[in-house]
Amino acid sequence: MTRIIQTHGEPGLRSAGLRGVAADFASDQRAFKTASWGKAMMWIFLLSDTFVFGCFLIAYMTARMSTPVAWPNPSEVFALHIGGQDVPLILIAIMTFVLISSSGTMAMAVNFGYRRDRGKTAALMLLTALLGATFVGMQAFEWTKLITEGVRPWENPWGAAQFGSTFFMITGFHGTHVTIGVIFLFIVARKVWRGDFDEERRGFFTSRRGQYEAVEIMGLYWHFVDLVWVFIFAFFYLW
Amino acid sequence: MSETTAHAQTQTVHAQAHTGQQHPIRLYLFVWGLLFVLSAFSYMVDYLGLQGYVRWTLILVFMMLKAGLIVAVFMHMAWERLALVYAILLPPVLVLVFVALMVSEADYTIFTRLAFFGATP
Repeated sequence: MTRIIQTHGEPGLRSAGLRGVAADFASDQRAFKTASWGKAMMWIFLLSDTFVFGCFLIAYMTARMSTPVAWPNPSEVFALHIGGQDVPLILIAIMTFVLISSSGTMAMAVNFGYRRDRGKTAALMLLTALLGATFVGMQAFEWTKLITEGVRPWENPWGAAQFGSTFFMITGFHGTHVTIGVIFLFIVARKVWRGDFDEERRGFFTSRRGQYEAVEIMGLYWHFVDLVWVFIFAFFYLW
Repeated sequence: MSETTAHAQTQTVHAQAHTGQQHPIRLYLFVWGLLFVLSAFSYMVDYLGLQGYVRWTLILVFMMLKAGLIVAVFMHMAWERLALVYAILLPPVLVLVFVALMVSEADYTIFTRLAFFGATP
């Protein structure tokens, strides 16, 4: 409990463990001693996003639990006809693997960023962006297929009408997040490639000095998008 | 005096940022592989057509394992200061209260629907 650790920017010693939490929250200085403001703010944004997605999933759960009409079976709705037979959820499974792979490449990009390896960082971020774009493309395909089959926010051919509205709402909001992430991946990858973080070039918007930590902050957002998909996969597609 | 302190602080912040959250690539590759395997398992739950409590238990276990790995390793939560960990992880846990409220509400809604409108809408 009284383990003491040394933190940066702080000549004195600060307690670790629960004692440290109490000391941090009671502090007249920064509470998250080892996290920069940029990182802490991204975490707080992601926390707010967690609540938004949480509300969507809870609304979907409530709709599904309170409808007397049978809920469409996702396993069949999202099946693809391949090689003469229906394979359940196959497209969703591939989308899951694509998104997980993009998370893997992003984590490695962060690592190479801190090693100041510009080439590898930019290349891995571009690969992440391409995998993200692939995910959005497959989602567009999925939406198109369901819309041709007659799914609308107010009706669908297989049962409870709320299926369409929750499906478009939840996957649409997630897809928007992925799309925004892809755009920002391109922007940060360009900054890395141009050497903005090596020469601490000031940003066009905040005019703060560019640092390789921007890659990690970008990574936090990207992993969060993957994290949300884990819950959507479990609650929307597997339930 | 205050200028030198500020300068020293910037220096340490820089040093920290340059070495911060550097972990072996092998660890990331391992977690990546683990996430692949766990996703394959949760897909198999549906593919094999498991139902009932077995299905729910497996889905939730694989989901929590995947979420835990992403947050702990990919998002570096395992190495963050405890104050940040609590500030971020506790509030979502409290959302479970909201879930419980809405479950009881949904049960009540379907009860009234079935009681007053019959089994078919």
